[in-house]
Amino acid sequence: MTSPIAPDLPATGRMPVKPRAGVWRRLIKRPLALIGLVIVAVVVAGAILAPWLTGYDPNEQMFDGLTLEGAPLPPNASFWLGTDLLGRDLLTRILFGARTSLIIGIVANGVALVIGTLVGVTAGYFRGWIGSALMRFTDLMMAFPALLLAICLAAVLQPSLWIVAMVIALVNWVQTARVIYTETSSLAEREFIDAERTIGASAPRILFRHILPHLLPTIIVWGTLGISTTVLLEATLSYLGIGVQPPTASWGNIIFENQTYFQAAPWLVFFPGAAILALALAFNLIGDALRDILDPTQRGRE
Amino acid sequence: MSKGAGNTRTGAAGPAASTTAGAVLEISGLTVGVRGEDGERPVVSDLSLTLARGETLCIAGESGSGKSMTALAIMQLLPQPAARISSGKIRLRDMHRGDIDLAVLDERRMRRIRGDRIAMIFQEPMTSLNPVLSIGRQLVESIEAHTDLSRAEARRRAIEALKAVRISEAESRLKQFPHELSGGMRQRVMIAMALALKPDVLIADEPTTALDVTVQGEVLELLRDLQREHGTSIILITHDMGVVAEMADRVVIMRHGRMVEEGTATDIFARPQADYTRELLAAVPRIGTGVGRQKSAEAEMRGSVAVVNDLHVRFDLRGGFFGRVNRRVHAVEGVSFSIAPHETLALVGESGCGKSTTAKALAGLVPYRGDIVIGGCNLAGLGRVERKAVRRDVQMIFQDPYASLDPRMRVGDLVAEPLLIHGIASKEERSQRVAALFERVGLSADQMELYPHEFSGGQRQRICIARALALRPKLIIADESVSALDVSVQARVLDLLKELQREFGIAYLFISHDMAVVENISDRVAVMYLGQIVEMGTRDQVFSNPRHPYTKRLIEAVPVPDPAKRRPRFARLDQEIPSPTRKIGEELPKLALRDVGNGHLVAVS
Repeated sequence: MTSPIAPDLPATGRMPVKPRAGVWRRLIKRPLALIGLVIVAVVVAGAILAPWLTGYDPNEQMFDGLTLEGAPLPPNASFWLGTDLLGRDLLTRILFGARTSLIIGIVANGVALVIGTLVGVTAGYFRGWIGSALMRFTDLMMAFPALLLAICLAAVLQPSLWIVAMVIALVNWVQTARVIYTETSSLAEREFIDAERTIGASAPRILFRHILPHLLPTIIVWGTLGISTTVLLEATLSYLGIGVQPPTASWGNIIFENQTYFQAAPWLVFFPGAAILALALAFNLIGDALRDILDPTQRGRE
Repeated sequence: MSKGAGNTRTGAAGPAASTTAGAVLEISGLTVGVRGEDGERPVVSDLSLTLARGETLCIAGESGSGKSMTALAIMQLLPQPAARISSGKIRLRDMHRGDIDLAVLDERRMRRIRGDRIAMIFQEPMTSLNPVLSIGRQLVESIEAHTDLSRAEARRRAIEALKAVRISEAESRLKQFPHELSGGMRQRVMIAMALALKPDVLIADEPTTALDVTVQGEVLELLRDLQREHGTSIILITHDMGVVAEMADRVVIMRHGRMVEEGTATDIFARPQADYTRELLAAVPRIGTGVGRQKSAEAEMRGSVAVVNDLHVRFDLRGGFFGRVNRRVHAVEGVSFSIAPHETLALVGESGCGKSTTAKALAGLVPYRGDIVIGGCNLAGLGRVERKAVRRDVQMIFQDPYASLDPRMRVGDLVAEPLLIHGIASKEERSQRVAALFERVGLSADQMELYPHEFSGGQRQRICIARALALRPKLIIADESVSALDVSVQARVLDLLKELQREFGIAYLFISHDMAVVENISDRVAVMYLGQIVEMGTRDQVFSNPRHPYTKRLIEAVPVPDPAKRRPRFARLDQEIPSPTRKIGEELPKLALRDVGNGHLVAVS
């Protein structure tokens, strides 16, 4: 075309990029995401290898774990992170507690996310009476104090780690559902959804191939934010005696057991707190990077 | 000072007021850069122009030509922090206070210039007005910000300004909110706001692009009248050469950030110097130049691909305490037409007339009442599976190609999707067919791996066309499919559509508000008004012998891209187009169509 008017050639002069050049490889190329991955790997490894990493038993109350007056020991050579009120090694408890907290943070949160997404997407796409019913139910759940509900559920069911995870999931899906609902209903109005319907796409196809991918960023953000919330909710439940049963360690119940002695023995709150923070931050960093990598419209702008 | 400007309005524009009255704004060597991935890229390069007192200067060009960036640079409203003025002067002339260079002025002093000395109106009047404040409050506030007037005096000034833009019952209008006004009204409020402070320069960035043609005519005429009264200089930025011909004293043609040509309107249109200007003018669709396409007797005999009979679409509006249906929008009221193979039926009308709703009903996107018969099957009597099969024959191309392609899918997958959904062809066959489709619509097969945002507007529309073609439909509905494209791209997409029709015998239902484009592509035309067809006939019947007053008005309102044929005063509509919303039980009067010869149908009321 020799016409002086710009022929409608590619807007960008770039050659087609090789598609999906490995999500994993693009993830580890980002320094922040790499830090997140390393932290998660360390926590997971610590949880799995806990029995081999420390010489103590998490529930053993050691005679030399307390001062003569009965006060817990600050970090020292034999107890690296100090001991708790009952003379147990804090490092060991944090390592074993990681098992509980990871299960709660990933499983409970994951289930909550799935429930929330399903409810939100269904209500947002189909609207009508199904949508209204689902959303009114969500509002009801939101208005109901989450803690009270969790206490009721936990009291009815036998307390165990998995039950606690389910209870947390049943309480925590509400916010996700609300956000996903709003986003889905605005997506459903977009023209490309109409375009899909004119070529005969079925509702499941539109939902899974065309709406869900657009919700990924939101789901990822809520998923990573939810981890710290669920870990703390588990701690609350444990504190009230309906969560993970003592003496099983979890990061949350370590904090709650010791919070009253914060001024006298700050390490007892500081170390498990730091662990929760690091894990939540790590997932946030990974989530952020994933969100950008999975968005094709960001390609070439990295 | 407005004497010169007044004289140029009739007939051919002579040398404008520019020579006598001196310049009010001088731009010299303006370069605007935008920072991107690969360093700073100029979007306006070395632009110099002068705006004379009382003159209308049109800056015309296609998207990406830098015309809007120029306007924003003058106002110092460039998108921050990406864009900045990298060099050049923008001198605002002032006889009493001395010249000011706007390019280097600080924000605080610039704020005083904006609105007071230079005002701007934007394309979309709804988004430029604050939706939660009454228009009165917005007007009064902008007056108070720049003057020492008291609240009461500012209010009086606001009412004056609304009267000046011919808004009736100005005083009660002050209490209204933007959403209560029509598009044309809102743009008039914007103009009132811009002119309330009697600025020296008014910059209008595509002020009528979002408006219907008849409303566009009114707004343009209003601008001309106000200019005559106040002697304001106007910089009018537009892509529409018809608007340029109608309004300009002088014209600057821009492309890729550079000035291609500058001259008086008459010179530009009659004796364009640059090749680009010539190409641009040649690409503009004009009424009366469409190649005579007679409906062949062959088409007549082959029957219809689609018949629409007494189609009704109504939307319920809920209100009241219990949220019951209390009103209905009568979007489509008893529309009937048929389309034969190889034929293009154009549906024209202004926004809200129901043309897009008709298309959506045909494409199965909205529930309807009445009969839609496609390829001999009445859709009403079919089950879900059969309906899906029949629907294959009807495909749609939307107005905005970017919005109608899922941005998270590769374009190759998007084009293959219809084949996949209907279970046509194996995987390899599918990718071959997609590659063939890409080549057929003028793209290359290696582009299949890209995402929609990596294409230009015209290319995206080609992708949409490829997608619609994938199922070999009998009917393609093109809903304003070329309206969002630049004229040169538009012309090529229209050519592609015509070629495909010749090749595959596809029928088109072509929906547009642009009469010139319709005249170019259609065999038959149906004019819609308030949900009903008021006139239908062959293209020649409708365009050379329009019978219904609304059709006449619609054709008359199209700006002619020739300054020598400037229209005399444009007849103003005495009232707004009525709303199609009715209370329950209240029916719209039905129009009966009468044949006035050779199948030319006209509504009789």
